[in-house]
Amino acid sequence: MIQAVGRNVSRKDGADKVDGTAGYVDDLTRPGLLHARTIRSTIPCGDIARVRLDFDRAGFTIVDARDIPGRNLVSLIVDDQPCLAVDQVRHAAEPVLLLAHEDRERLIEADVQIDYVPHTPVFDPEASTHVFKSVAIARGVLEEGLRQADLVIEGEYRTGHQEHLYIEPNGMLAVPEQGGGVTVYGSLQCPYYVHKALCVLLNLPADSVRVVQAETGGGFGGKEEYPSIIAGHACLLALKSGRPVKLVYDRTEDMLATTKRHPSIVRHRTGVTRDGRLVAMDIDVLMDGGAYCTLSPVVLSRGCLHATGPYRCDHVRVNGRVVMTNTPPNGAFRGFGAPQTLFAADVHLERIAEALGMDPVRIREINALRPGDTTATGQVLGADAAALDVLRAAVERSDFHRKREAWRGTDKGIGVSLFFHGAGFTGSGEVKLKSQASLELTPTGVRVLASSTEIGQGQRTVHAQIVADALGLPFDVVEVATPDTAVVPDSGPTVASRTTMVVGGLLKRCAEEMRARMGRLTPKAYLKKHGPLVITKAYEPPPGLVWDDDTYRGSAYGTYGWACDVIEVERDPVTSEVRPTRVTTAQEIGKAIFPLGARGQIEGGTAQGLGWALIEEVVMRDGAMANAQLTNYIVPTTLDTPPMDVVIVEKPYAHGPHGAKGVGEMPFDGVAPAVVNAIRSLGIDIRSVPATPERIMEASRS
Amino acid sequence: MRTAISPLALVQPRSLGDALRLLRDEGPLTPLAGCTDVFVGLNFGTLRDRRFLNLWHLDDLRGIERRKGVIRIGALTTYTDLIGSAIVRRHLPMLVAAAREIGAVQIQNRGTLGGNIANGSPAGDTLPVLAAADALVELRSADWVRTVRFTEFYTGYRASVRRPEELITAIAFPAVEGAQWFRKVGTRAAQSISKVVMAGVRATRPRIAFGSVAPTVVRVPRTEGALAAGASIDQARAILQEEIRPIDDLRSTASYRRRVAANLLAQFWSATD
Amino acid sequence: MTAVAFPAIHLVLNGKRVAVQVHPMKRLLDVLREDCGLTGTKEGCGEGECGACTVIVDGRAVNACLIPIGQADGARITTIEGLRGRHRLQAAFAAHGGAQCGICTPGMILAAVALGPRPTLEQVRTGLAGNICRCTGYEGIYRAITAAQDSVPRKRP
Repeated sequence: MIQAVGRNVSRKDGADKVDGTAGYVDDLTRPGLLHARTIRSTIPCGDIARVRLDFDRAGFTIVDARDIPGRNLVSLIVDDQPCLAVDQVRHAAEPVLLLAHEDRERLIEADVQIDYVPHTPVFDPEASTHVFKSVAIARGVLEEGLRQADLVIEGEYRTGHQEHLYIEPNGMLAVPEQGGGVTVYGSLQCPYYVHKALCVLLNLPADSVRVVQAETGGGFGGKEEYPSIIAGHACLLALKSGRPVKLVYDRTEDMLATTKRHPSIVRHRTGVTRDGRLVAMDIDVLMDGGAYCTLSPVVLSRGCLHATGPYRCDHVRVNGRVVMTNTPPNGAFRGFGAPQTLFAADVHLERIAEALGMDPVRIREINALRPGDTTATGQVLGADAAALDVLRAAVERSDFHRKREAWRGTDKGIGVSLFFHGAGFTGSGEVKLKSQASLELTPTGVRVLASSTEIGQGQRTVHAQIVADALGLPFDVVEVATPDTAVVPDSGPTVASRTTMVVGGLLKRCAEEMRARMGRLTPKAYLKKHGPLVITKAYEPPPGLVWDDDTYRGSAYGTYGWACDVIEVERDPVTSEVRPTRVTTAQEIGKAIFPLGARGQIEGGTAQGLGWALIEEVVMRDGAMANAQLTNYIVPTTLDTPPMDVVIVEKPYAHGPHGAKGVGEMPFDGVAPAVVNAIRSLGIDIRSVPATPERIMEASRS
Repeated sequence: MRTAISPLALVQPRSLGDALRLLRDEGPLTPLAGCTDVFVGLNFGTLRDRRFLNLWHLDDLRGIERRKGVIRIGALTTYTDLIGSAIVRRHLPMLVAAAREIGAVQIQNRGTLGGNIANGSPAGDTLPVLAAADALVELRSADWVRTVRFTEFYTGYRASVRRPEELITAIAFPAVEGAQWFRKVGTRAAQSISKVVMAGVRATRPRIAFGSVAPTVVRVPRTEGALAAGASIDQARAILQEEIRPIDDLRSTASYRRRVAANLLAQFWSATD
Repeated sequence: MTAVAFPAIHLVLNGKRVAVQVHPMKRLLDVLREDCGLTGTKEGCGEGECGACTVIVDGRAVNACLIPIGQADGARITTIEGLRGRHRLQAAFAAHGGAQCGICTPGMILAAVALGPRPTLEQVRTGLAGNICRCTGYEGIYRAITAAQDSVPRKRP
């Protein structure tokens, strides 16, 4: 039997995607379909005085908050966000009213006027007093550390919003069912998040709500929690009209209304000895959550847990808070708080190296966390900690030192970043999720039943590889069921770089038990002899993993992936444009189950990071995105991305299938600091992203 | 798609003459060439026009020829046609350079020179080339033909001397003496709107034009005059920065545009030396 | 919108002659997806920026979201379906990481087809600059196109 794990098998979803038959939600239709439109607030903050419908209502289904059968909220962490605004709005583009009609032109022409009594909005997170969540991490005694320092360096680092820009916008198709239930098909990452939210909104029992993932054209976290809102809207219209309803956003609406990466302001005050050791880290993290809480507490949490960077220090204080502003709520986006704080940490460390006259690689070598070291929360790192491995691999492979020396005083720059990413849910998150996955024996092989979603990252393929090898069956006979809450158990959301490590781990255990039960029988023979066979496994935390949510002490994650980016840039002195010319990256991910897929995640995450670092800027005016078109919010094209040299390093994690950790998010985390550090090597002091030509020109003049 | 299609009309003329007659007698009609701008407005729901005249099949509006040094380019010539034309590559390389920088392949295959002019955006990438080349715009109606100097074509932001019953039918380029230069500074390397765009011809009296630094494409006569009179490039840079009127907008800032325009001037000057 | 009122527009669509009777200002993208039942061509932006709606018209790659069907009378059009799953680029995209979430893939493959049989990497970068991929960072796409250049067309299993 040829092993599947570690091999570039034939991607399960490849054929349909290249021949145009893959079914995304806008490709779906039903008889009697109604199209839908969302009427949204045009002011950032105020009371709704009057809603006027100045059109012929024949054939229209109209839904407002009063039509909600259950509770008017988007069920997530804190119950503060309404599904439809009642009498006040807290952000621009907040949904107020829903319309459906079978004729899209009537929808376009429907004139709805909303009168408001505006209130004064809060846009500046530093001025906001409404705190969604605070986090405090402490280790040692900060004052003691500062006493040991020869030098204290301070700095403030800023990052702005980022738009996911999945090429497929959000969309849902809701179909009312006999008996009052509803089925919804959509572009989504987490069918059970949507399921839970719909049960609450529609006041329906669990088996009356069915959520099915359509082929999903990109997520990156942007389809983690937002789909619950658009699904709720589609379902409300479907239930009221009794007809199937398709609600698909166009690009402008998607950019205006849906979640973005949390902007951040991170301040460092760091004590360092003359020989380059970090002895005190005092870090303040402020994130802008937007108008409602959504996932902000967890974003802040992960951000704070990565705020020191992959470095050891005996005296650490991290204070973080995420606050409300009257802007559209921010949410999950690849990296989930870590990119913001890792940016600050590694740009700050570069400035420290500069102040000490120390080589940037050397200062990272001195301070990098090693196996057996303890993190700021008191977690002892295992033998799979790989900071030095990736640092050395990337530095050597890129010929960093020779280039840095040769390019001094020229328009070419080179920068390094070292970073890490905790795999899986933070702290006790995985325990609380209680994820399950199942395997079902079929006459020809086996079927994977998990709520994990393929969103391009290769989930279907990786899960099939793990199961195939554990069962001793060929990869081709493993089928992966479409995530459908009527069929698959709740394996938790497809987020947090957990899909291979956690859910893959569950499936491996299912397969091992199934193999034991089958003995020498083929699937067909077993079914004939014994009847159906379904094995289900539930999450069990690795032994000894202890975390305290109140004190923020213990093992924050089961393990971490480690990575190092070396990025080369070239500046054009005429325009101050800085172009990335090469990326060399070493990424330690435990085990590359599907090497092509892992490489694809690294390359894609890197490109997205380059966009955030250099050209992606959400321009906010009056609390709304002013550049909500692809012409004006720009992401990298083929001419904006450099060649990428990827090295995958494997230091197996004892509790991941075949040693696998996570890979989906980490590649994004280290790009921005490496780019800004490369710009710094040109003699330009940048402390925020995006490092646009305008900002570089300004910084060059001062 | 934010515009209802049903109330719209697309009129199909049988010939150029028919199109001109329709424009005169059955307006208002918005001419449609490659649609790469008009349809963005339709998709966004920002276009108020309701009646359209299809020009796409009128081959009389295509063709590139050179006679007695003058190059005549049909209004429906696409950017791809320009890039592939031996005549344009040989005699108007700055026009090829501009065509390559517009959008990407898909836009270049449909966007037309006439459309770029009629659209009249101050950021239109071919427009500085036409200005620096002192091109002539041929306008036809059912009843007359006239030629307007490109440098006199625009009267203000997206406003021109073209009358509603006229079509831009061709653009004529007198022979260009001197080295040609073009550079677009966009928001990224492809598919971008310019922040500053410049075309220049290094003649005894240089001809220099900019886009995205004023409500229309502009020549910079004071800067040209200074250089012709022997001013240093530093003096010319200073004059230029006073002569143009860039603004802050979604894509860039006035101060960036001003500085980059001056840098482009210097780059042009040393590249064409 | 009654179909009878509109003059027929004749297309050669994926090698077959078809006639559609729709409003002449309807976007080619919508005619393909709704009237011709070919949903492989995708809408990503409505601005001609993302390239997800790329089709080949009379031999050239164009954005279907920016073309009124009334300008396509007599046009030869190839959509992703017209490759019938048998083009070597399709196999290569599937095998070499050219497709992840797949939404940009039909447009990307057609834009690659329009590049001709042996483009250089430089020509690939320029020729695909109008197709945005958010998943791959483009490297997998280059690998796929390079691999396709060396392979022989094979039937879809």
